[in-house]
Amino acid sequence: MGKTLFDKVWDAHVVDSIDGGPDVLYIDKHLIHEVTSPVAFLGLNSRGIKVLRPENTIATPDHNIPTINQDQPIQDVLSKMQVDKLTENTKKHGITLYGLNHPYQGVVHVVGPELGHTQPGMTIVCGDSHTATHGAFGSVAFGIGTSEVEMVLATQCIMQPKPKKMLINVTGKLGKGVTAKDLVLYIISKLTASGGTGYFIEYAGDAFTSLSMEGRMTVCNMSIECGARGGLIAPDQTTFDYVEGREFAPKGAEWDKKLEEWKKLYSDEDAVFDKEYTFDAADIEPQITYGTNPGMGMGITQVVADEQDITYKKALEYMKVEAGKPVLGTPVDYVFVGSCTNGRIEDLREFAKFVKGKQKADNVIVWIVPGSKQVEKQAIEEGIDKALAASGIEMRQPGCSACLAMNDDKVPAGKLAIATSNRNFEGRQGPGSRTMLASPLTAAAAALTGKVTDPRDFL
Amino acid sequence: MAIDKFVTIQSPCVPVAIENVDTDQIIPARFLKATERKDFDINLFRDWRYDNNDQPIADFPLNNSKYSGSVLVSGKNFGSGSSREHAAWAIYDYGFRVVVSSFFADIFKGNALNNGLLPVQVTPVFLASIFAAIKNDSKAEVEVNLDNQTITLLATGEKESFEINSYKKECLQKGYDDIDYLISIKDKIEAYENK
Ligand code: SF4
Repeated sequence: MGKTLFDKVWDAHVVDSIDGGPDVLYIDKHLIHEVTSPVAFLGLNSRGIKVLRPENTIATPDHNIPTINQDQPIQDVLSKMQVDKLTENTKKHGITLYGLNHPYQGVVHVVGPELGHTQPGMTIVCGDSHTATHGAFGSVAFGIGTSEVEMVLATQCIMQPKPKKMLINVTGKLGKGVTAKDLVLYIISKLTASGGTGYFIEYAGDAFTSLSMEGRMTVCNMSIECGARGGLIAPDQTTFDYVEGREFAPKGAEWDKKLEEWKKLYSDEDAVFDKEYTFDAADIEPQITYGTNPGMGMGITQVVADEQDITYKKALEYMKVEAGKPVLGTPVDYVFVGSCTNGRIEDLREFAKFVKGKQKADNVIVWIVPGSKQVEKQAIEEGIDKALAASGIEMRQPGCSACLAMNDDKVPAGKLAIATSNRNFEGRQGPGSRTMLASPLTAAAAALTGKVTDPRDFL
Repeated sequence: MAIDKFVTIQSPCVPVAIENVDTDQIIPARFLKATERKDFDINLFRDWRYDNNDQPIADFPLNNSKYSGSVLVSGKNFGSGSSREHAAWAIYDYGFRVVVSSFFADIFKGNALNNGLLPVQVTPVFLASIFAAIKNDSKAEVEVNLDNQTITLLATGEKESFEINSYKKECLQKGYDDIDYLISIKDKIEAYENK
């Protein structure tokens, strides 16, 4: 029987298997940040052990840093302490750190791919559930807890039961104004927030292969939002072109050798998946969420479903939306463009192109947060910051920002944000905040009109 | 650093009868700023437990003296969302040893097991029976027996078995953790690297 892409990568990394238990999985690349690593280093210290392969771990602060005045000392005492601890721990253990103001600093999942650390066929983990992003390259990438961060530091391995495999096939091309974000929000709304639990997803079909690497990353990034550990896409020419020439990508003869290996990374014809879904891209319109988990989403022209379940009703009440009514036209207070889902250069470009020559609505506060220093630099080179400024919109400095609102970028209680990030949980963007997830285009449309707007109205 | 050994528990339950309890509810991001594992229990379910003026919300089960015990019972898809192990720490450090639900998110389940917190997945029917029993008597007890992999609702005698893989079961019974194991197979890891 043939193997799936997932099997090929996973099986090649199994160091040992325990009867009736998990596999010991070797990890090629480990990313760490300031929030989920300190306790892991404490654990190492108390065991008196060193990091086994410091060269396989890369660190950058992102979750809890300010997105303005990054050249000045961090004001928040606790945030400063976490960032300082990361600096101290990485120094002590000989781990590469892209610290604040380093030209490579940024959201971990933006940094890895853009520097060429992320490559096809790898196992990649990070103490952040959106590690699934790196699956866009045909790698097995998933989020882990702090105990597991400690395991990787200590032994370069973790212990994991092998997940089941799901295939999501989307045929056809996406319509005008419909982006990778809409594609993945649509899938999550069909599977629900828990429909993928226990699975690793492979995305296949022209709807995915026709996407840029940025778009594929957006899709894989949100795999976790249907409960799946991760999602991946078989690498192809688009992938190889993206990786080639990046700073930490293989070069010369090494590149040729790797490329031969990477070309074998696809699911065999006769490979069997535990579950399969097929969707048609033509059915997908720009999406928006109306509830308090990413599975509570719909096409932007549709009306909110009516369900009797108490948790569902509670979510609608929290969001101040009504069953049977559309959300189109709802006044918006904040627009957030950023995060590892949609904070890459392509997202900023699309947003900037959309608002070009127009003014933002007076009632909205717009936060544009580049995913990394590299993205910021590129945006400045392309004049995106200036174009945005002409529309009354300011570009901030890189970090996770309002995606999880650990820093000061919090949406106030009761206010509604259209966010390009990945979670709309109660209070995710600040206590009492309300979040509707959407694409950068839908965010741009809301920035211009001050209300929930179908971006296709402008196209 | 070993974990605490799991011993059979007989305890009343604390019900949080909500589905899709995500890790941002278990512990909001703004309380993840510590660099040691300390005091996360204080902020367990922070935004459901306290109002905007930091006053306890009386009818939230953790604030209601009717409820006590080391077993947390909650609706399906418990622990979805982020990989923050702080969620498992907050629950464990608050004093819970078992979380009962009809469905758990993967990463949470792994994190819980790595900290000696036992996730017990029951059928929706059994979950409904527990909630009903608690409604009837807030001190209704369950017995969770890891050796036999059973959970019993003492008020009615209803009993279900739950799944756990044999390796993790042994870790909990003996108080071992994965890192001890991984360190013990360092030779195999190096052999893999040199392959
Ligand atoms: S941007 Fe959001 S989802 Fe991505 S790594 Fe940061 S906090 Fe996690």
